[in-house]
Amino acid sequence: MKEWKKNYDLYLLLVPAVVFFIVFAYIPMGGLVIAFKDYNLFRGLWGSDWAGLANFREMFSIPEFFRITRNTLLLNLLGLLVCFPAPILLALMLNEVRSRYLKKISQSMLYLPHFMSWIVLGGIVYAVLSPKYGVVNQILRWLGMKEIYFMADQTWWVITYTLSAVWQSAGWGTIIYLAAITAIDPALYEAASIGGAGRIRKIASVTLPSIMPTIVILFILAVGHMVSIGIEQPLALANSVVSDVSEVISTYVYRVGIKQGEFGLTTAVGMVQSVINLCLVVAANHFAKRAGGEGLW
Amino acid sequence: MVSGTASNSASSSASGEAKPTGELARPAPATRPRRLKRTPGEVVFDTLVYSALIVFTFICLFPFLNTLANAFSSSTAIQTGKVLLWPVEFQVGSMKMILADSSVIRSLLVTVFLTVVGTTLNLLFTIITAYPLSRRDLKGRGIFMRFMVITMLFSGGMIPLFLVVKSLHLLNTLWALIIPGLISAFNVIIMKSFFQTIPDELREASVMDGCGNMRYLIRIVLPLSGASLATIGLFYAVGHWNAYFGAVLYIDNPDLLTLQAKLRNILLLSQMDTSLEQMTMESKFTVIQESLKAAVIVVATVPILIVYPFLQKYFVKGSMLGSVKG
Repeated sequence: MKEWKKNYDLYLLLVPAVVFFIVFAYIPMGGLVIAFKDYNLFRGLWGSDWAGLANFREMFSIPEFFRITRNTLLLNLLGLLVCFPAPILLALMLNEVRSRYLKKISQSMLYLPHFMSWIVLGGIVYAVLSPKYGVVNQILRWLGMKEIYFMADQTWWVITYTLSAVWQSAGWGTIIYLAAITAIDPALYEAASIGGAGRIRKIASVTLPSIMPTIVILFILAVGHMVSIGIEQPLALANSVVSDVSEVISTYVYRVGIKQGEFGLTTAVGMVQSVINLCLVVAANHFAKRAGGEGLW
Repeated sequence: MVSGTASNSASSSASGEAKPTGELARPAPATRPRRLKRTPGEVVFDTLVYSALIVFTFICLFPFLNTLANAFSSSTAIQTGKVLLWPVEFQVGSMKMILADSSVIRSLLVTVFLTVVGTTLNLLFTIITAYPLSRRDLKGRGIFMRFMVITMLFSGGMIPLFLVVKSLHLLNTLWALIIPGLISAFNVIIMKSFFQTIPDELREASVMDGCGNMRYLIRIVLPLSGASLATIGLFYAVGHWNAYFGAVLYIDNPDLLTLQAKLRNILLLSQMDTSLEQMTMESKFTVIQESLKAAVIVVATVPILIVYPFLQKYFVKGSMLGSVKG
């Protein structure tokens, strides 16, 4: 009791946060009941009729559901295959650079896209890849090739999406690996030198194994986010011509839910995503701990 | 860079007891004589790594340079594909046009307001939440941490949050872009770890002298946390500056559009052209738009570039601290 009294002011400081998280996190969680309702904007949440599992049945019956799930998984899978190894490779290369200036300059340049909004990055991607006036197609023409409709062709759009994600995140992602490399005991490298190991051998036998725990944890966490996808990148890069591959769960919820007012159906879609995501993150955390590392919690 | 200096100091301490024959695996500090010798294999290896890194860095930077060049190039130069890294047939017309457009300037002011007010409120509420949680002697701290971490793992999603914002009558106000993101659980945890690095003895000594919790927070903790406040503040500020989906979701009023949302409206118009270019005839309009579009992008980016050196310094530190748990 004495403790509570002594620190009453600290508890008062926490009041705004409690209110904030209840209003903007827990009430929306409660708002998931919309998924079980035939939501009517005018009758409100409690006035609307219960719909049971009708929204979920409808979700599985619409063809878009298959499509947006496939697109979300595909883009995330490509992200895992391409965006995940990129910072590791870059960090290994940066670590081999002896010129401090080159290292510093290229780090500064590589971090830059991380600080730009997806609207800016998307605008730049569209401008650079434009079939007529974009510089990339200009270079292709100089090389005697035909121009490519990067943003209007489905395959190229997926490739562009993935590579622009690399562009945005690879440099920034090196920080955590470079930190892990810094923590490696230099004695290991000396021992390797005495053993006659060359530079490549040292990377393979010292550096990589030493940062492996970091790689494993980040990989597991990335797998944990397979079904969730942010909205800013897909929304900034999508266009109507490639909507067959560019429509993902988040953009669908926005387009059909907010724009067309299908609250019940899209809440159900969002809920399925949130629940699967929670399961994956919990499972990922479990595996991260079992892999001998620290989990998220 | 953090890693650079750290690895250098590590190598110099390791090589402190001079090893004349040992070939150092770590980069040699600048003060020491240059490296002993490189085998031909190493020369090839270095060349490969250096050139790969330079190429990658260049590819990373190239789109920005090209956009900057386009913003200051004539439409004929863009049309004939002459613009690569620097402006061709230099002109400032597009830039003038953008800066003369009152709606762009208005959206710039909205974003500046949002960034300043939003970041201030973010910092205030993050501090008052993180400080009590950094106190190991606070009972019930674990319960609150769990209460907060749950919100990082599970959320109601876009629609229920939208309805909450709507029912609070925040739609079409700038508060809709500030209040729903007022406290980031992630940043609270980072700031809490910062606060926990301040030795507890300091507080004990202050309490001896009759210093209360609030006074201790304001007089001792905050002045000691300058770097961490800057880091978290920059996290929030860049978030405010770059966020666009909030404005797309909550704001219809054209007078309240943020810079990024305004940029999106301008780009969407021309994106349509880009994807449908194969069907449309070549129009002079699109070409002028290319340069205009580049100019808007430049306007939206320059403020970030100005604070970039600070960003880099603090953000690198901050993102390292994110991995420190407490």
